[in-house]
Amino acid sequence: MKQRFLFGSAIALVLAAGAASGATLDDVKARGTLKCGVNSGLAGFAAPDAAGKWEGFDIAVCRALAAAVLGDAEKVEFTPTTTETRFTALASGEVDVLSRNSTWTFSRDVDLKFTFAGVNYYDGQGFMVSKDLGVTSAKELDGATVCIQTGTTTELNLADWFKTNGITYQPVPIATNAEANQQFQAGACDAYTTDASGLAASRATYENPDNWIILPEIISKEPLGPLVRQGDDQWADIVRWTLNALIAAEDYGITAANADEMATTSENPEIKRLLGTEGDLGAMFGLDKDWAKRAIQARGNYGEIFAANIGEGTPSNIARGLNAQWTDGGLIFSPPFR
Amino acid sequence: MAEVAFVRHEMEPPQAPPSGQVGPARWLRENLFSSWLNALLTIASVALLWWLVSHMLPWFAHGVWNAGSLTECRQIIQATWGEGASGACFAVIRERWQQFLFGFYPVHLYWRPTLTFFLLLAALAPVLVSELPRRLLWFSAAFPGLCYWLLWGGSLWVPIAIYAGFVVGHLAQRLLAAAGYGLVAPFAAALATVLWWLYLVGPVADAFASVVPLALTPVASKLFGGFMLSTVIGMTGIAFSLPLGVLLALGRRSDMFIVKALSIGFIEFIRGVPLITLLLVATFLLNVFLPPGTNFDIILRVIIMVTLFAAAYMAETIRGGLAALPRGQYEAADALGLDYWKSMRLIIMPQALKISIPSIVGNFISLFKDTTLVAIIGLLDPLGLVTSIRADSNWNGIVWELYGFVALLFLLCCYGMSQYSRYLERKLRTDRR
Amino acid sequence: MTSAEMPGERFRLSMLIYDTRYRSLTIQVIALISFMLAAAWLVNNTVQNLAALGKTFDFGFLGTRAGYDINQTLIPYTNDSTHGRAAIVGILNTFLVAILGCLLATIMGVLIGILRLSPNWLVSKLAGTYVDVFRNVPVLLWIFAFFAILTDMTPAPAAFRGDNPSAQMIFGAVAITNRGFYIPWPVLAPGWQLVVGIFALSVVAVVAFGRYARARQEATGEILPTFWIKAGLLVAPTLLADLLAGHPISFDFPELQRFNFEGGGFIDKSLIALWLALSFYTAAYIAENVRGGIQAVSRGQTEAAAALGLRPNRIMNLVVLPQAMRVIIPPLISQYLNLTKNSSLAIAVGYMDARATLGGITMNQTGRELECMLLLMGFYLILSLLISSIMNWYDARVSLKER
Repeated sequence: MKQRFLFGSAIALVLAAGAASGATLDDVKARGTLKCGVNSGLAGFAAPDAAGKWEGFDIAVCRALAAAVLGDAEKVEFTPTTTETRFTALASGEVDVLSRNSTWTFSRDVDLKFTFAGVNYYDGQGFMVSKDLGVTSAKELDGATVCIQTGTTTELNLADWFKTNGITYQPVPIATNAEANQQFQAGACDAYTTDASGLAASRATYENPDNWIILPEIISKEPLGPLVRQGDDQWADIVRWTLNALIAAEDYGITAANADEMATTSENPEIKRLLGTEGDLGAMFGLDKDWAKRAIQARGNYGEIFAANIGEGTPSNIARGLNAQWTDGGLIFSPPFR
Repeated sequence: MAEVAFVRHEMEPPQAPPSGQVGPARWLRENLFSSWLNALLTIASVALLWWLVSHMLPWFAHGVWNAGSLTECRQIIQATWGEGASGACFAVIRERWQQFLFGFYPVHLYWRPTLTFFLLLAALAPVLVSELPRRLLWFSAAFPGLCYWLLWGGSLWVPIAIYAGFVVGHLAQRLLAAAGYGLVAPFAAALATVLWWLYLVGPVADAFASVVPLALTPVASKLFGGFMLSTVIGMTGIAFSLPLGVLLALGRRSDMFIVKALSIGFIEFIRGVPLITLLLVATFLLNVFLPPGTNFDIILRVIIMVTLFAAAYMAETIRGGLAALPRGQYEAADALGLDYWKSMRLIIMPQALKISIPSIVGNFISLFKDTTLVAIIGLLDPLGLVTSIRADSNWNGIVWELYGFVALLFLLCCYGMSQYSRYLERKLRTDRR
Repeated sequence: MTSAEMPGERFRLSMLIYDTRYRSLTIQVIALISFMLAAAWLVNNTVQNLAALGKTFDFGFLGTRAGYDINQTLIPYTNDSTHGRAAIVGILNTFLVAILGCLLATIMGVLIGILRLSPNWLVSKLAGTYVDVFRNVPVLLWIFAFFAILTDMTPAPAAFRGDNPSAQMIFGAVAITNRGFYIPWPVLAPGWQLVVGIFALSVVAVVAFGRYARARQEATGEILPTFWIKAGLLVAPTLLADLLAGHPISFDFPELQRFNFEGGGFIDKSLIALWLALSFYTAAYIAENVRGGIQAVSRGQTEAAAALGLRPNRIMNLVVLPQAMRVIIPPLISQYLNLTKNSSLAIAVGYMDARATLGGITMNQTGRELECMLLLMGFYLILSLLISSIMNWYDARVSLKER
């Protein structure tokens, strides 16, 4: 009797798990939570704290999205993914959106059938070395041992770059960022290569950050951004314009604190359209009027999110650089809300 | 008659043995220095122990329990023990031990997994300790439903409705048997049960829930982590693999060629590939094999693959148990005129399972250890949590404290279980003599 | 005369269920049909899902450029090689670590198993603790631990630098660093075949002489000074050949360059960590097998051997171990199988085995999950079928000797 029971409830569990179908927005609303795929641990970008609450630069995008769609920034289920599992998790419908420092590339967009909703961080692959080595340029790294994270575009970039420059290297593939840092600090590799943001964030946590230098060469373009499955344009639009709303908010000086006030007092028609006091942009993709205001109030505008998680003064201590607004000489830019 | 000059009437008191033959000295000589080879080995062992202790003791002794980050730990150690001193930063364990045990399970609901754990022990007791009254097995049978309800929350009526499926099947079998269709009855009963599960569990549970809710706050399996996740995967794997394993073992011993071939094929396939490839299938391919649109969460997928994996090993264990039974038992069952299923259910299986219990415990230990592999596919079991804690900028750079803590917990659990299984083995051996 | 007619037997449909002669056939047919239905269902789902994802099923990607580098390779490989070649590199790496692991695990396991039975209290307790500690902690943790130990305990190449370096090369030839071991490597000039050939011949000669000496000892009781003759046979002709051919085999020693040691051979740290972890872990199981096997040999055997005046180590070598082997070998081979399967965790320390190349980077870069997983599982399946057929063959051979 007992044996048959166990078998039976296995079937029941599987069936109870249910099947996903239809438009992603309807699924999310029906479910009441947003399922967001994130990095299982990258300082400043995504990490759970002692209470199990996820915070970080990539997490904030998910929170804003949940606030826009569901009205509550806390209604997010985070699925930690590895570099190997992330795309399958999205393709199989396990997550609604992947916000996990993933590089927008042709083959991922076209061949793997995803839609990148935009870029929330312009990055490039760089090298970090110990000051004692006396290296000032990556081109001097002929014969060096280089730590890399496996399963990422950095692995391929690295091979290409050394080949182009006609120099050799010895790769040390490592599965996680934390382990790679450990190896690098112990001297098991001469250089550590990953996205420059990651290098800066890692260096900040070292015992003596000044002993390590980041080389000037940036060997690749790494536009990182949230992505969704191809074929659900409505959902892709919602993710794209939520991100754009955060960026536009910084441009117009809308912050988490003053969003309510701006909505009523601002005379700027674009701000009024964005915050839902004029027109009804939200209805065009199945949300209400206040979607963007809630998104901004979740964790603040793009600038606030940047400053709180990875900006200067945080452990990562990253300057805005390329990620400044276009008006300040950066690349961060939102198309108009019209 | 010759005069005897001296006859001893009193015996001399025996002399004390030489100092090398008594007490600790003798023990030392016999146990540690009985030959030059032994002496060498002893010296080498002592040197090894000394080396281990002298390297590890200061690290433990300098340990810091109260700090908010690794940097703070280092400062405290430098301040207390001087420049260049190294020490453990146990503060990270102090801050995160709850995460190691429960993962991201809501803090105010910790009582649920804790209660489930103690209920699990209570449910296992009658299975593992034969002295307890047999009636307690009913609780063991009810436990999986209770466990599901406590851990995942939701309505109690769902597990009850699932259990009701067995009642439905049982009734169907009774009715058909009474109507004279004895041989098809089991199949019909199974069909009725499955139909009940497929189409009626949901509505029935909803109907009852609308009258008396009996619901707990639902907790998504995403939030499971740490040792709780390992235990859930390990226990469900073993529990569900038991019936599957029995069927496979019977199939492998069957005279029917096709059934036997299918069973052997399944068992050898699963035992031939590493668990990690099965877990990768769970991550990458299970959705591809199921009808388009089917989607359920990764923990369930992992549990399914782990169950299949455990079932193959379980089948071999039970086959061992079946082979160990004397032939007379099978013949006696036949002589009583029992049919195949009755003889299995009433005579063979109870004995075979009893013999197999130590090996099943062994299976569980290795399965429990193997659950750490889910870290590779991104689940936050204890090892997965180590990765994400090391990514926290406060604790970046910590290694030994975290791995050591996880290793210690595994060591305690598995060592306890293996001692128990050894004890059982000894007990069973004397039983049969 | 009328021939006696057998009572006619008419086949009825219900006999399929009620007649024991047909019942098993019925059940088998049902089992086969449901198996085929299930398989068809799975294939059908797969086809539909792949079509929905816009993926095809073909192995063409194995011929395209891999684009990534591998740190430890047994055959020439660059990032211009194909995915197929990367997979072969991975498979060879799996074999490498599995074979090394099985060797070390056997040596350690036998040693610890014997030490556990030692009359020395301290030694047997230590061996027991070793077995308990290694068996009760997951192998993945051991792999991480050995990797971390090697990282922490060995010096970086930079430590070999300077006038007063904090680390020294062993005999000026081997450098143990936290990147791996740098060892001397033979460089072959023309004529090396002669030297290697002569050496091989001397090995044959040594074995032949050993047999002759034993046969002669058994026949006449005369004991030849085998050791010196064997050593001479082994060394002298080879040295002579080396001299004649003008030293065709020389060694390339590793030397510290700008970043690393260059020249010589290199064994990556990930390989060493994985090798040690798998060996130490499996050795604990083998030690238990060995102990069980030795204890299974009845005490009378030991006592009889002692009565014949054999010394303890001879009792072990000549009487106990040969008998214990029969009990030890079958579980030993299944431990080899486990070790090989556990080597699939190599990616945890960045060792590029079959799972890390074919089932890791290649799968990830090409998005061919189904094809890669099929190939990977097929590889492990063939490997384990191979190992278990060796086990069955050995089982059959050993049990024949039983009388």
